[in-house]
Amino acid sequence: MSAPARTPAGAPGSLTGPGSSGGVGTDAARPDGTLKVRGEFAYGSDLWMEDMLWGTTLRSPHPYARIRSIDVGPALAVPGVRAVLTSDDVPGAKVYGLELADQPVLAVDVVRYQGEPVALVAADHPETARLAAARIVVDYEVWEPVTDARTALGHPRWNQVHDGTAQVTELSRESAHLHPEGNLVRHLKVRRGDPAPTADVVVVGEYEVGMQDQAFLGPESGLAVPAEDGGVELYVATQWLHVDQRQICAALGLAPEQVRLTLAGVGGAFGGREDLSMHVHACLLALRTGRPVKMSYNREESFFGHVHRHPATMRYEHGATRDGDLVYVRAAIYFDGGAYASSTPAVVGNGGTMGIGPYVVPNVHVDCFGAYTNNPPCGAMRGFGSVQTAFAYESQMDALAAELGMDPVELRCRNAMEQGSEAITGQVVDSPAPVVELLRRLEAMPLPEPAPDDLRHRPGGVSNTTHGEGVRRGVGYAVAYKNVGFSEGFDDYSTARVRLEVVGGEPTVTVHTAAAEVGQGLVTVEQQIARTELGVDRVVVAPKDTAVGSAGSTSASRQTYVTGGAVKAACEAVRARVLERAAGVTGRPAAQLRLFDGAVVGEGLELPLAEVLGDDAVEETLEWRHRPTEAIDPETGQGFAHVQYAFSAHRAVVDVDTELGLIKVVEMACTQDVGKAINPQAVVGQIQGGTAQGLGLAVMEEILIRDGRVQNPSFTDYLIPTILDMPPMRIEILEYADPHAPYGLRGVGEAPNISSGPAVLAAIRAATGLPLTRVPVRPEHITGV
Amino acid sequence: MRFLQPTTWAEALEAKTVHPDAVAIAGGTDVMVAVNFGRLRPAALLDLTRVGELQEWGTEDGVVRLGAGVPYARVITELGDRLPGLAMASRTIGSPQIRNRGTVGGNLATASPAGDAHPALLAADAEVEVASVRGTRTIPISDFYRGVKRSALAADELIAAVRIRPPSGPQQYSKIGTRNAMVIAVAAFGLALHPDRRAVGTGIGSAAPTPRRATAAEDFLAGELASAGLWESRAELPATTAARFGELVASAAAPIDDVRGTAAYRVHALSVMARRTLGWAWTEYRTSKEV
Amino acid sequence: MRLTCTVNGSAQQVDDVWEGESLLYVLRERMGLPGSKNACEQGECGSCTVYLDGVPVCSCLVAAGQAEGRAIGTVEGMGSEETLHPVQQAFLDAGAVQCGFCTPGLLVATDDLVTRSLAAGAPPADAEIREALAGNLCRCTGYEKILDAVKLAAQRMAAPTTGAPR
Repeated sequence: MSAPARTPAGAPGSLTGPGSSGGVGTDAARPDGTLKVRGEFAYGSDLWMEDMLWGTTLRSPHPYARIRSIDVGPALAVPGVRAVLTSDDVPGAKVYGLELADQPVLAVDVVRYQGEPVALVAADHPETARLAAARIVVDYEVWEPVTDARTALGHPRWNQVHDGTAQVTELSRESAHLHPEGNLVRHLKVRRGDPAPTADVVVVGEYEVGMQDQAFLGPESGLAVPAEDGGVELYVATQWLHVDQRQICAALGLAPEQVRLTLAGVGGAFGGREDLSMHVHACLLALRTGRPVKMSYNREESFFGHVHRHPATMRYEHGATRDGDLVYVRAAIYFDGGAYASSTPAVVGNGGTMGIGPYVVPNVHVDCFGAYTNNPPCGAMRGFGSVQTAFAYESQMDALAAELGMDPVELRCRNAMEQGSEAITGQVVDSPAPVVELLRRLEAMPLPEPAPDDLRHRPGGVSNTTHGEGVRRGVGYAVAYKNVGFSEGFDDYSTARVRLEVVGGEPTVTVHTAAAEVGQGLVTVEQQIARTELGVDRVVVAPKDTAVGSAGSTSASRQTYVTGGAVKAACEAVRARVLERAAGVTGRPAAQLRLFDGAVVGEGLELPLAEVLGDDAVEETLEWRHRPTEAIDPETGQGFAHVQYAFSAHRAVVDVDTELGLIKVVEMACTQDVGKAINPQAVVGQIQGGTAQGLGLAVMEEILIRDGRVQNPSFTDYLIPTILDMPPMRIEILEYADPHAPYGLRGVGEAPNISSGPAVLAAIRAATGLPLTRVPVRPEHITGV
Repeated sequence: MRFLQPTTWAEALEAKTVHPDAVAIAGGTDVMVAVNFGRLRPAALLDLTRVGELQEWGTEDGVVRLGAGVPYARVITELGDRLPGLAMASRTIGSPQIRNRGTVGGNLATASPAGDAHPALLAADAEVEVASVRGTRTIPISDFYRGVKRSALAADELIAAVRIRPPSGPQQYSKIGTRNAMVIAVAAFGLALHPDRRAVGTGIGSAAPTPRRATAAEDFLAGELASAGLWESRAELPATTAARFGELVASAAAPIDDVRGTAAYRVHALSVMARRTLGWAWTEYRTSKEV
Repeated sequence: MRLTCTVNGSAQQVDDVWEGESLLYVLRERMGLPGSKNACEQGECGSCTVYLDGVPVCSCLVAAGQAEGRAIGTVEGMGSEETLHPVQQAFLDAGAVQCGFCTPGLLVATDDLVTRSLAAGAPPADAEIREALAGNLCRCTGYEKILDAVKLAAQRMAAPTTGAPR
């Protein structure tokens, strides 16, 4: 290991925080909060070095084309340009990927989506780099793109649902095979019970979910600094340093010791930073020029620079008895994975294994497909495969309730999963599953008053479209569940290094993990756990980097569980050693001692840590795993696939201007079981933020694609909710401990993102009486023109 | 790129004559977006924010002369009573930060069919005062828009002001967006009742290559109001009249399908907005004191 | 070109500014003040909000040369090392900061709103807060805690003695 030659302005330092303390279960303050409100917290885009260059990316204008030739000469001729690179300049593996290595670092012969990186430029000024990139001459032979998942798979009909088996017939056209193995990324089957069930009442529905963007506010950015050992230091805003490192090493042909990553400040992530963006590119340019290279996407490039949420088309058939007991569910789910695999296999895993919602159904037949197309690559986004299906299965539950003449909440409660139930994978739910209580608590909450006489409370807001005309109110409910952590046998672990020492007379704990803080507050949680376990108020969070082992991804609602578990375990190991030392000093058995308020305490004993430790530091580094999951059976989808489920429910109240199709969400109410709220304020923040993203997908957010081309890569036309679109919320948090998890906690971040959108959709349906089978709901869907 | 920064109107006109390819910039809410994304690389930027004359408004012969550089925020706070339709439109524009910078002059110069001020200016029969070293001329607002993002402004001309006669009757403005704030109009409609001259003014936004009036609707409504003596009686407006007015407004549109909405929806929405705004305006007229 | 202006009360002068640069770029890349954030560069998100002669604007839409001779206020000028500005403290106390990327712009916009409202005699009502902050996008919080923070700040700024010290 060699130290970096120089440290950029904005390189992260250790976090201690404002001195406000608190252990597990308190609203402890963020250690990075003061830096953030002072404008001193450095995000990837804030990194700066005196002699740094600016990198830029030339991207394909075509969704599908063969590259006949690339002429970089005109770009190199621009004064101020220091390097121009193409795939020929990638020294190692030309392709990378989270699960399947199929995505070129820079396009090799073929581009498969609009915006695919083709060449790189480093220059003295961003304008120079942009100008030079525009002068690179790429000769394309443009091909006809494949832009529909079912077409890509050769599934003209929903025949999988009825024929029982998938007949995957590839397209005949040569160029229609986007990848050598064909266009199928994954086909997941769930088969359970009677293959040909019948029921008194059957409802069939087809649903569609548009492509959502994570729309994190801090665009992709980072700074690569060449090191004297021939390696590179990369400061980058990301979600999983070690999976980045693995892919960067492969592309650069360097050893892990030579590629050292440090987490720069992350301006939100939501799944969109799990794949590489500018990581390898900046390193390539830095190594080529011998100068630090900064790359920072603008908003337009950001829309092409990361994967999106998979759009989905889904067909569901629900059969029930007259009394409302679910007899069977059949579902065909198609995820459009776009041009490269990214995390499509795992998204298909979630979509299939949890595809009917938190209900108990004896007979299940689910086919879930992920396909390659020439649309933008899709991968991780908060809710990961469960957001899409929840729109479908919850819409089906409402349709079934209507068909049965039953209250929709009643129908849900009647069929709800509970502890001890079998999921459709056959997995027994072995911790609390309070689906019924979540729904009943929502029902018991008071409903909001009619909107006051103020434009800002009406559909359309200050745009003055209604003074009450055409406005009808609707109420809708939805409940959802989501796996926490990585599933299907993945070795899901985190590494924590914890050191206890006395610094300047004050007992101090240093927690070092590689777990990405993306805004959710993991750094706070790490401090809280250390305080609780070691009885020490001052906890320093070391910068997140690859000098410590992998923490796994900041995704799947898993970090508080898994890295929290690792920090807890490392603290316990440190504590055991300290208490052993104290036992030696005091002659008391370690079992009778504990750590509290900076001291070793026991019956009639209080020994300051300074006296136990002296100048020594006690440090432990360990890997911690949650209990293992297992791969599911490829033919039946049965198996212990998921380590934990998170449950949430929403009630939405909306006012709809039925004549103009405009929507004002009046109130969102949410109930969620979090097992144990490690930081209640942060838990509420996750629920509020997740709710907003679900609401956004329900009523406004969609990347519009036409012929493989993105139509709205800007915040002018890709709309996310403003503060005038988000209503007040009522939130009730349940804490039913999961006995398998640290402190009994459940992952929090994703569930509320899943149940909020379907509740909004249900409320709009209630207000309008329309079936509304596609999200986001557009005004045209409501007005019918 | 050059950066020209005149401090007087005469200097500004001189600069535009010498540099006809200079792009005028005031609030920057259109120009800088294009510059930031590499879509605009003019030979020069002509900054008008130092020209004091442009930052003022006043009244001349009963007509409000609104300097081209007065930001929307001031239209809302200072001119809500004199220019109610334009103030309502201004409130729908972007965010407070945008309204602190963006100007009516800039909206006109960009001449986007989606510009929020246009329907209000059309309904109010505004006039655009433009100038060059050759002199000053006044263009009726209906003649100002010449195509998608094209106007009657010559290469050496700058917009000095808009002139708007304060209302003799109610004005309304309504705009469709798929979010409750911060939206480019999917469609917009401005309405002005002019009881002093027994006339009706309209303006349509985001529903044709240019902002435009719905003249058939104006004529129809003025005719109905006159023939039924409604200007004088202030009686209730027949629902059929309001509905027909909405249809005629919609039929004046020539919209397209785009990412923000379909042509069919735009037509539908215009008919609804026209009917509703007429209802609100007529109610205001009926309940207001005779003057 | 050369640009001379006042930022957070200090005179600043930078050379070799390209005429197409925005005030945001100059602040971030030339003056060492990256507190104002670049999230959209088209006035849709408010992350780059600064005071320009006392008026909140999107600095991404101000051409660098337009700032010549002007007084600019950024998040770096709010509060001090020792004592946070009441708006900053309120955002922390209310839990309104997650990733924090929108925070600098929101702090400036909130300070403007609260200051104007209190000068006019009353703290801002919920609907006013929502309308005033509609141009500041936040992707993390769902805005509820931001609303709480604005109200908390207004309460403390109306009665400064009750403001919690840092």
